[in-house]
This record gives sequence, C-alpha cells and structure tokens, in this order.
Amino acid sequence: MKVVPMIHNYKRAIQDIRDHRFLNSVTIITIAISILIVSAFALFFVNANEIINSWKKGIKIMVYLKPDTPETKISELIRKIQHMDGIQDVRFISKNEAFQELKKQMKRQSSLFENLKENPLPDAFEILLKSSFQNQEKVEILATRIESLPQVDEVEYGQRWLGQFTNFFNLFRLTGYAMGSLFFMATLLIVANTIRLVLYSRRDEVEIMRLVGATDSFIKAPLYIQALIQGAFGGIIGLAVLFISFLLISSSMGQGISPGLFTIRFLSPGALCGIILVSIFVGWIGCYLSLKQFLK
Amino acid sequence: MIDGQKKSSIIRMFHVHKNYGTKKALANITLDISKNELLFISGPSGAGKTTLLKLLYLGEKVSEGQVLIEGINLSRISNHRIPFLRRKFGIIFQDYKLIPTKTVFDNVAIVLEATGKKRRFIEKKVKSILRTVGMEETLHSLPPSLSGGEQQRIAFARAVVGDPKIILADEPTGNLDEVSADIILELLKRFHTRGATVIIATHDKELIRKTGGRVIHLNQGYMQKTINV
Repeated sequence: MKVVPMIHNYKRAIQDIRDHRFLNSVTIITIAISILIVSAFALFFVNANEIINSWKKGIKIMVYLKPDTPETKISELIRKIQHMDGIQDVRFISKNEAFQELKKQMKRQSSLFENLKENPLPDAFEILLKSSFQNQEKVEILATRIESLPQVDEVEYGQRWLGQFTNFFNLFRLTGYAMGSLFFMATLLIVANTIRLVLYSRRDEVEIMRLVGATDSFIKAPLYIQALIQGAFGGIIGLAVLFISFLLISSSMGQGISPGLFTIRFLSPGALCGIILVSIFVGWIGCYLSLKQFLK
Repeated sequence: MIDGQKKSSIIRMFHVHKNYGTKKALANITLDISKNELLFISGPSGAGKTTLLKLLYLGEKVSEGQVLIEGINLSRISNHRIPFLRRKFGIIFQDYKLIPTKTVFDNVAIVLEATGKKRRFIEKKVKSILRTVGMEETLHSLPPSLSGGEQQRIAFARAVVGDPKIILADEPTGNLDEVSADIILELLKRFHTRGATVIIATHDKELIRKTGGRVIHLNQGYMQKTINV
C-alpha cells in the first residue's frame, strides 16, 4: 500500500473511532476482558509450572550400599556412577553422617537411640539428576543400572510418587493447552461477534459507501486499522488490570506466606509483548471474519 | 457488445425481467436511453421504478435479459469492477441516505475520497459544489440538524460531485415541500444542461409537467407506454 493512502486510511480510522466512541469502547472493553482472562490463566500456568519445575528439581536417587563396603570400592562406585548418563551430582553420605542427621531430626525421640549398640544405617549415595533425566522412564532405567552394581544393596527414588507426579504434570500441561486453546477460541468468537455488531450498526454507512463507488478495500482499510488499534488498546488495558490485580494479590500473599517458600512472579516482558501481539491479531482476525460475512 | 447498438445510447436494456421469488418486479423491459437524455420513469407505487434504477447501478441483478451501460454488459461484470461502474452514476435517493455521524463536507467528500482524489482537490471541489447547491454555510453541520430540503440538496451535491455521466434520482422530491422540490428540479435541469444523462423515477405528474422530456410509464412491472412531454 502506498504511504499517502496509508496515512489517509489511518486518519479515517482515527476519525471513525472518534465518531463511534461508544461502539469502539465496547469492542476495546470486550478485548480487554478476554485478554485479562487469558493472561490471568497464563500467569497462573506460568507460576504453577515454576512450582512444579522446582519440585522436579528435587527428584533424586538414594543408593544404599551393602554393609562393610570398603572405602576403595566406594570411591570406585562414585566414579562409575558419575560417568553414567544423566547424573549431575553424586554425594556420599556415610552411615555416621546419616546417623547424626537422624538424631538431629529426631531430637525429641532421642531416648530411642540410647539403647542402640551400633549404627543400623548403611552408607549411601544421594544422586542428583540432570533436568533432561527428571522423568519416570529415564529415572527407572538409571536406577536399574545402579542397582546392578555389586556393592549396591538397594536403590530408592520414590517410585510411586514419581509416577503419580509425572502423570499429574502431564495432565496439568495438557489441561493448560486445552484451556488456553478454548479461551483463545472463545476470545476470537466474542471479538468477531462484537465487531460484527459494530459493523451491523454501521451497515447504512457501508452501504452508502458502496453505492458511491467505494471499493471494498477502501471500506475495509480503516476498519482493519481500527481493529488493530482496538486489539492493541484492549491488550494493554487487559494486561494493566492484570498487573494491578497481581500487585494487590502478591502483596497480600507476601504477608501471609513465609518468604522463600515460593515466589509468584509476573509475566516476562517477552510474554507481555506476545500477549499484546495476540490481542492485535485477535482484533485483526475478528475484523476479517466479520467483514468476510458482512461484505458478501 | 450487442450488434447495432446506437452510438448515442448510454444505457440499453433488452428484455429485462426481475423477479423476487415468485413476484414479478419487472417484465420484459426493452429500453434505450441516449446520452444527455432527460428521462422520467413514472408509475404508481410498486410499479418497478426503483427496481429499474437498481438494475442500472447493480443494486440488484437482472433475473433475465441484458443491461448495457456504455457497452458494458452488467451480467458479465466482475465483482471488483462494480465500484468503478457505480462511479459513472450519481444517485439521489428519496430518503437522502446521508451518513448522520459525518459532517456535510465529509458526506460529499466521500465520493472523491473513494476515487483516491487528493485532499486539496477534494476541499476545493466539495466547497464549489456546495456553493452550487446553496449549502456552503452548512459545511461543518451534521445532516440530522438540517431540514429535509437541505439534506436533499446535500444528497444532490454528493451525487454530482464526481461529475457522473448519469444521474439517477429516485423520487427526489418525494419528501420535499414545493419550494425545496423546485430547487432540486432546477439543479437536475442544470446538470442535464451541462451534459449529464438524467433519469428520474417519480409518480409526481406535476414534476414531469414542469420539466418535460421522455416519460416511460410502468405498471406492475410492465412498460405500458412512452410519451414525450
């Protein structure tokens, strides 16, 4: 499109917005509410995902050694395990260290330990995994490999818990995508319908323009520009309301929840730009769908 | 192009029929309209006057037959050419069809904007045409604040601002008092004198008598007679 007609169309779009303030406000508010709902969900999903990821980081394998494993064998075992795929860190916990730790944790029941003749705990390794290995299948394979080593007595990695957790995480992710898609579709339909109503209220004007020889592109251009402006404003307003709500909620949560347990954070600048772009796109596609039907 | 087309014809209709479902709006209309002719289409309400005009600017499509505008067969015109065809026409409606939210200037300027004319030219031309119809004072007014006669003069200005070859007027004085009707009639005559082909659909016999020209009489969709007044 040439620069001059583009500027002219832009001016017409601005003039149209001024002439139809109410209708334009309705469209912007509709987009803003839709974006608010979608981005509130995105915010929840991002934070929930963050929490789940932090839980996933806690996935570790405990390897208990057979009694009286010599120190030389222990060093050899550490080397062997460290060379396996997916291992991030291997920490040796001697049976004495483990006993002291247990005593510390069970201070109130210290009488239980008084009658013990010897330390019943075995030497152990605590194995942290790389993030790419933090899923049930890979952990199982790794655990089986470690279990097959001669000095290993038992391997524990919260089998049942990990299975349930993996299922829950997959379900959560699937629900997230499904709800996101549904919200997006709903937003699109609401916006398309609102724009259709706006066009319907201006049908006489459009009809007159056609009768005086205006081409469809002449009629459509300012409407598309309006839709882009409405989309951008709707997106910005929706996100501004979300940000204010976020500040209010996070400040009240900050007083109620012990710091460090988890921190809720707002959407990243990239996500914000993405949402505004989606909002603009929603305005455009809403206008496209409405015009396609309206200018048959 | 149909063989034997008269060189002076600007509009030709051949055995044109228009049906709305089972209802016949126009039946077997064959008509030649010359360049710079002043033609009245008369008849009672429901005779098919408005339908005939609509077929010319493709407000409706013919059910049967052919309509040629300057040799262009309207049955074969592609959708993207329709706006360019409509620019040959200046259309005046009984209910004015002005955009109530736009100023008088914008209502008239829209025709030139649609054809991509430059802003400076548009301003000059719109002011000039509003002066011609005696409405230069209302440049920034909104149509609802004007009387019926004034609105029709604005509608007239919009119809002629693009220098159309054909002016179609559908009951142009139908809603007007005698003084306003005379002003519109004078304006139509003036643009006819300047070279435009003017086609007026009306049931007002007084208007026809005052103006003179060829009159075709429609009744229930059929062309009954053609007379010269």
